[in-house]
Amino acid sequence: MQKQAIFQSKLLPYALVAPQLAIVLIFFYWPALQAVIQSFLLQDAFGLSTTFVWFDNYVELFRDPAYFESILRTFFFSFAIAVSSLSFALLLAVMADKPLRGSTLYRTLLIWPYAVAPPVVGVLWIFMLHPSLGVISRYLRAAGIDWNPLLDGDQAAALIILAAAWKQISYNFLFFLAGLQAIPKSVLEAAAIDGARPMRRFWTVTFPLLSPTIFFLLVVNIVYAFFDTFGIIDTMTRGGPGKSTETLVYKVYSDGLLGGNLGSSAAQSVILMIMVIVLTGIQFRFVERKVTY
Amino acid sequence: MANVTLRNVRKTYPGGFEAIKGVNVDVGDGQFCVLVGPSGCGKSTLLRMVAGLETVTGGEIDIGGRIVNQIEPADRDIAMVFQNYALYPHMSVYNNMAYGLRNRGMAEAEIKTRVEEAARVLELTSMLERKPRQLSGGQRQRVAMGRAIVRQPKVFLFDEPLSNLDAKLRIAMRVEIRKLQRRLNTTSIYVTHDQLEAMTLADILVVMNGGQVEQVGNPLAIYEKPATTFVASFIGAPPMNLMATRPEEIRSQLAGSNAADAGILGIRPEDFVITDQTPAGGVALPLTVEAIERVGAETFVYGSREQEEQHVAATPGELPPGEIIVRIPGTEAPAIGAKIRVAAVRAKLHLFSADGRTRLEA
Repeated sequence: MQKQAIFQSKLLPYALVAPQLAIVLIFFYWPALQAVIQSFLLQDAFGLSTTFVWFDNYVELFRDPAYFESILRTFFFSFAIAVSSLSFALLLAVMADKPLRGSTLYRTLLIWPYAVAPPVVGVLWIFMLHPSLGVISRYLRAAGIDWNPLLDGDQAAALIILAAAWKQISYNFLFFLAGLQAIPKSVLEAAAIDGARPMRRFWTVTFPLLSPTIFFLLVVNIVYAFFDTFGIIDTMTRGGPGKSTETLVYKVYSDGLLGGNLGSSAAQSVILMIMVIVLTGIQFRFVERKVTY
Repeated sequence: MANVTLRNVRKTYPGGFEAIKGVNVDVGDGQFCVLVGPSGCGKSTLLRMVAGLETVTGGEIDIGGRIVNQIEPADRDIAMVFQNYALYPHMSVYNNMAYGLRNRGMAEAEIKTRVEEAARVLELTSMLERKPRQLSGGQRQRVAMGRAIVRQPKVFLFDEPLSNLDAKLRIAMRVEIRKLQRRLNTTSIYVTHDQLEAMTLADILVVMNGGQVEQVGNPLAIYEKPATTFVASFIGAPPMNLMATRPEEIRSQLAGSNAADAGILGIRPEDFVITDQTPAGGVALPLTVEAIERVGAETFVYGSREQEEQHVAATPGELPPGEIIVRIPGTEAPAIGAKIRVAAVRAKLHLFSADGRTRLEA
């Protein structure tokens, strides 16, 4: 078997990968490099002069209590989004895995939300839960709940977590369903004969056998909650009220584009880049090991 | 200890496919029952119905005097060994065996005693801490056996447990399973498609085809008096030679018996002798030798009959029409292309109705 393609011309292979390389270089590496350079610079208020300040932007950032609050908030959001989205997706996958009539339709419908873009997700949930326009808000208020995510930071946070987790359920569902279907049926049958009731069977056999999938999804969900929630936050709360929904990514945007502090914003994005690299590294190392139980 | 009785058991799938068409089998206490048949004959489905993994459409399954049709697998007091072993991949060998006992709330000390005893019997003592993926096929098979025996159930169910092993190991494990079953004296039902496994293991052999039982009985009795042409050709290797009785050559030799009603004549390869004489009441056939297979202790002679012959009722492992296998001891055989005459005595003839469904006494 021939695994390596042989090209007549030495240039052809390079020509073939060039478009993809160009896209990666122009849209990924170049802005990343710009961010790294920018993070060492300080601009005056009018953007007329730029000074090289070494690590001053970073030092200032780590002295700022607001930044630590944002880090904590991001961790909390990630944790809440990952846990709620994973557990709900797992529940749905376990139910969809049963032989049901019309399960194909059911499964397809569950996958759809993944095709919805994050800003649209934000808009959808705002329509339902906006304090004065929202459909559900009316009932919440009628039920005596003082629902106003535009003023109440905790409610705003809950709203973001809800919308972000909802969108991610589809993705998690898909992987969980595949993971469940990869578990040999006979192993579960053996457990049934061995006297394990459905709940016990799930926790002692299914769940441990799903652990590689769970770990993989945990990393993916954290990365998602860190970065892809920008669109949702921007359409729903714009980081507010106050700074109660300002995650690290949103802070990069608001400090840089809204606040005009490009140096600090760039330093923040460099830190985020390092976080992604670490998370991805963990995931790759994990995926390579494959079998974990 | 328990009897297992199947009374007119039926299984129809929602699509309308009838997998089991009314099966009656009675397995006595401590007996080893083997269900054998070609793939798709329903033998595994039947076993899974006994286990409670498939619902029963009709009839009754009785384990130890209790109708279990509506009872959960866990409460039937059975243990099953699966074809792919179905070990819990994330648990050590010890925990694999202990799992069923823990689920039943047994004390850890008692579990330890039982698992260690089973491990000793199955020579797994040094592997108790290993995970299934660190074991060879034969070792996994033994763990699956261990998981069944620690439970000390009323009935063992085996679903083609040896088919994933290589030929040598399969024979060794076959003997092990039989010894173990004799020692524990636990009623067992064993599914296989391998007729040799079936013959060697069974106290009672159930030959199945197309969701129906073709014949039930002692393996040797079935071998000696197959009830249908299906059983005749399925049990025994190489298969029984089956030929239509219509050609004058055969008809004339069978004259003067109820062979007149017979449509199909069967003769086992080992019942032929190469001879120029025709035994009284027996059958002799002239053959041209087409091929010779020498396997050491015996030799198979493949010969073709002179005249063209129409097709005999369809059966698995069937020979092409007009071809005859003769088994002779030793290695001496006629040359290829030689014209020979083979004959079988009256007592070794098997006569069947033309549709192959009924055995006629010669």
